[in-house]
Amino acid sequence: MSMLTVKDLCIKVHDRKTTDTLVYDVDLSMDKGDILGIVGESGSGKTMTALAIAGLLSRHDMEKSGQIIFEGINLLEVERKVLRKIQGNEITMVFQEPLNSFNPLKKVGWQVEEGLRVHTVMDKIEMKDRAIEALRDVELSNPEAVYNSYPHELSGGMRQRAMIAAAMIIQPKLIIADEPTTALDVTIQAEIVELLKRINKERGTAILFISHDLSLVNTLCENVLVMQNGLVVESGKCDSIFNNPKEDYTKKLISAIPKNPFYKG
Amino acid sequence: MRDKNKRVKFIIGCVLTGLVFIMMLSGIFYTPFDPMEMNPSTKLMGPTLSHIFGCDNFGRDIFSRVMVGVRETMLVAGLVVIIGTLVGTIVGTITGYYGGWLDEIIMRLNDAVLAFPSVLLALLIIGLLGGGRNTLILALGIAFVPSFARIVRGEVLRIRNLDFIQCVKLYGASDLRIIFVHILPNLKTVLLSSILIGFNNAVLAEAGMSYLGMGVQPPNPSLGRMLSEAQAYIFSNPLNAIFPGIVIVMMILGFSLMAGGLEK
Repeated sequence: MSMLTVKDLCIKVHDRKTTDTLVYDVDLSMDKGDILGIVGESGSGKTMTALAIAGLLSRHDMEKSGQIIFEGINLLEVERKVLRKIQGNEITMVFQEPLNSFNPLKKVGWQVEEGLRVHTVMDKIEMKDRAIEALRDVELSNPEAVYNSYPHELSGGMRQRAMIAAAMIIQPKLIIADEPTTALDVTIQAEIVELLKRINKERGTAILFISHDLSLVNTLCENVLVMQNGLVVESGKCDSIFNNPKEDYTKKLISAIPKNPFYKG
Repeated sequence: MRDKNKRVKFIIGCVLTGLVFIMMLSGIFYTPFDPMEMNPSTKLMGPTLSHIFGCDNFGRDIFSRVMVGVRETMLVAGLVVIIGTLVGTIVGTITGYYGGWLDEIIMRLNDAVLAFPSVLLALLIIGLLGGGRNTLILALGIAFVPSFARIVRGEVLRIRNLDFIQCVKLYGASDLRIIFVHILPNLKTVLLSSILIGFNNAVLAEAGMSYLGMGVQPPNPSLGRMLSEAQAYIFSNPLNAIFPGIVIVMMILGFSLMAGGLEK
């Protein structure tokens, strides 16, 4: 049995009298150490799917149906207490905007430790060691300095690395990366993707990578899910989809990748 | 340029409030004359070297009474703001964070309370519970809750939807932890300036209520009371009203300049 199975996931929003369906019947499954990419345009339901898997869609005007089974537990039906144990311990998330994903008033180190503080009882020195180790692990050159600085003192790339460190510190089984590279420039994008790849290889952490950048997905992921307007248009191995797309929408997406005239490859 | 203006504003505000505070603090330990002692020989006397603000219709030293009265006013205003901030923060945080029907109900109640002029609402409560300083504090405190609740709710709503809260939620932090550790510290800046402005309004409200005879009871001095007592002699002895009035103005101007200087 696979680690994460999503079956017939539907997300509806009740806005006053009308009901809006944001995600229709999404199916996906991931094993340990898989990297799955979800691509699609803005508003195609990628983020909604991710948030639902993370258990962060708890607004009262939303209705979720279907199943999200993580290691045999249906996250949509389970009690909040159990969900809280799974969150952070097993599933973490890296968000799009690295500026907003840190509390502006607290030091980065403190926030990297937050996952540990919530889930384990640990003394301060040990926690600091773990945090610095995690920061070093995401290839930050001066982890002690980063530990003691405030979010606004770091560059976007450093912040995103620190964010990944915060997500990795509890050694989760699944990281959901919701467009983690969108706010970064191209060189940093490539570095972050390399970092995620390395983490995946070394730790066996599964990564659900959400992006609208097909070329990034192509370099990172094994499997791809293409979404449009809340529907899964096409899914399968990365290679076969890129070399041999079946649906029109996928073909259009692929043809929209900018070609670099100086790139010879 | 704007920064400089703000700093000047802030400094002037600090000086004004500082003066009032020095007056208040020294009034605790020392007043030139007993503020309650009546003396027929100095009745309605103008300012002299020993009585620098002059004397009122009972011959009491106005400067001493102002020193003690400022303390009363500050005490009432301070407690009113504390009640308003505490209750307002609790209400605003709960409604802003949890939302839903609870939010709707409480905020509509809030609107209803806000629709009354706060002085009128305070009058109503004092009418029900009887006068006196403690009732005045309670009444004004209740009247001040809605505006704080509204400010806090707006801020909490904004912060709640930021990514870092989602992040912490995903780490599995409990609601209480999210509220106390992650949201409330972020309210500091917004609360600070609204506390200063609220304090101003509370000083004015206290002076107004005491002027109407609802607040501090005689013979205890308070700035509003002194104004209403001096009113009868406003044409013969205008200075009796002017000195307490100037102190009220100093206090309010000082605090609003400080609040203006602190604003981003």
